[in-house]
Amino acid sequence: MRRVNRQALFGAALLGFFVILAIIAPLIAPYNPDEIVESQTLAPSLSHLFGTDDLGRDLFSRALHGARISLTVGFVAVLISVLIGTLFGAVSGYYGGFLDSVIMRFVDVMLAFPSIFLILAIQSMLTPNIYNVMAVIGLTSWMGVARLVRGEFLRIRELQYVEAARAIGCSDPRIIFRHILPNAQSPIIVAATLGMAGAILTESALSFLGLGVQPPMASWGNMLMDSQAYLFDAPWMSIIPGLLILLTVLSLYFVGEGLREKLNVRG
Amino acid sequence: MLEVRNLSVVYPDVTAVEGVGLTVASGESLGVVGESGSGKSTLALAIMRLIQPPGRVVSGEVIFDGRDLLKLPEPEMVKVRGARISMIFQDPFTSLNPVFTVGEQIAETIRLHQGMNRVDAWAGAVRMLETVHIKEAAKRAHDYPHQFSGGMRQRVMIAMALACRPEILIADEPTTALDATIQAEVVRLLREVQAEFNLGIIYITHSFDIIKALCRRVIVINKGRVVEAGETEKILSEPAQNYTKKLINSLRELHAAH
Repeated sequence: MRRVNRQALFGAALLGFFVILAIIAPLIAPYNPDEIVESQTLAPSLSHLFGTDDLGRDLFSRALHGARISLTVGFVAVLISVLIGTLFGAVSGYYGGFLDSVIMRFVDVMLAFPSIFLILAIQSMLTPNIYNVMAVIGLTSWMGVARLVRGEFLRIRELQYVEAARAIGCSDPRIIFRHILPNAQSPIIVAATLGMAGAILTESALSFLGLGVQPPMASWGNMLMDSQAYLFDAPWMSIIPGLLILLTVLSLYFVGEGLREKLNVRG
Repeated sequence: MLEVRNLSVVYPDVTAVEGVGLTVASGESLGVVGESGSGKSTLALAIMRLIQPPGRVVSGEVIFDGRDLLKLPEPEMVKVRGARISMIFQDPFTSLNPVFTVGEQIAETIRLHQGMNRVDAWAGAVRMLETVHIKEAAKRAHDYPHQFSGGMRQRVMIAMALACRPEILIADEPTTALDATIQAEVVRLLREVQAEFNLGIIYITHSFDIIKALCRRVIVINKGRVVEAGETEKILSEPAQNYTKKLINSLRELHAAH
C-alpha cells in the first residue's frame, strides 16, 4: 500500500515535470530544434546537454520539443478513444439487448485485428501527419474502454438510484450521462491513464517506422529512427529519447496503478 | 384519483401480476400486503410504467386523470412520473445517487418538471427538506447522501418524491430497511405530508403492522393475484383467506416473541 503510493507519487511528479518542460519548451530550449547548429554527432557537453544528432541539430532542444508532440499526441489520442469507448459502452450497457450484441460484436471484430498492423495500413494510405496519428490511434484503441464502460453500466443500471431517477421522470440520455456516467468515472480515469501510456508507445512506434510524426518535426519516436544508423558511434542519440519514452510510460503506469488503488477500481 | 383495472405483467418464466385491480383517491391510503415475491413491487413499477424488459405489461388499464397511463406516449409519461405520481423505494441506502448532494437531487426533480432556474429550484429543495424535518436544512442540502443516516435518507427520498406536489405517492416498503423507532418516525411523517398535500398513498409492505397505523383499506396479494380486499379493520379481525391469516399470525408471533 505505502509502496504503491510512493510509486504513484514518483510517477506523478516525473510526469508533471515532463508536462511543464513540454509546455515551456520554446522558452527554455537553447536552440531551434530543426536548425543545424553544430557539427554532427557531438557527444553531450555543456553547450549541448544531450549532444547533437546526425545532422548537427541540438538534441536537448529536439527532446524538449519532441515531448510537446509525444505528450500531445498521447493525450488527444486517449481523449478520442475514451470519448468513443464511453459512448459505445454506455449505449451498449444501458440499453442491452440487440443493440448491445451488435456493438459488442463490432468491438470483438476491432479487437481481432492486430492493432499495430491496422494502424500501419491506415497510416500508409493517409498522409502521415500529427493529426492523422492522433485520430488513427484514438480510433483503434477505444474497444477496451467500451467494454469497461459497458460493464460499469450493466452494474449501475440495476441500482435503485437509477430506478429512482426514472421514477422522478428523467429521460434516458439524462440517466445515462447525468446519473450513471459520473458513477463510472473512476475506472474510466484509470483506463485513460494507462491508455495514454499505450498511445505514447504507439506514436513512438509509428514515428520510428516513418509513418507517424514527419521530419523535421521532432517526436521521441522519430528521434529514435534518426539514431538507428548511429547506435555505436553516437549512442546518446538513441539512449536519450528511449529513456524519455521509458520514463514517461513508466510514470503513467505508476500513476494509473496508484489511482486504481486509491479509487478502489477492480482489476 | 388513480384506478388500476385488470393489470397483468409477465416475465419470460413467470406471471408476476395477474388481473390486479385497485383504486386510491386523493387524501386516502391504500395498503398492498403480500409476501416477498408476491408481485407487489412489480405492481408498483407497472403503475409507473417502469417495467424493464424482458418484463411486459400484457393487459389492463391504469386510469389517472381520465387517461390510461399505459397508452400514453413516453414523453407524456415522463411528465407524469415524479410530477403527478411519485415513488419511494425500499432501500434508502441505494436509492440516492452517491455523487450528488441531496439538495442537487431534489432540485433536479423540481427543475425537470417546473422549469425553474437553479436558484429557485435550490430554494425549493431546501423548503422540501424543512417540510420533512431535516434540521438545518439550508446547510444539510449541501451534504452528500453518505453523510445522512438511513432514516434521514428516507426523509430525503420523501422530500424528492413530494417536491413537485404529486397527487399520488407509491411507497414500496419504505421502512423495511429501517429499525423500528425510525420506522415509526417515517410513518408519522408520511401521515403528516399526506394531510398537508392531500396525497393519495399506495403503501406496499409485507407486514400488517404499518398498514394498521396508516391505511383504512387494504388489498392482499399472493402470487400476483388479489386474494382479499376491503377495510383494514375487517380483514384483520375476520380474514377470509388462509394466506391472509398466515400473514396476520406471523405478525402476532413476532410480537409475542418480543
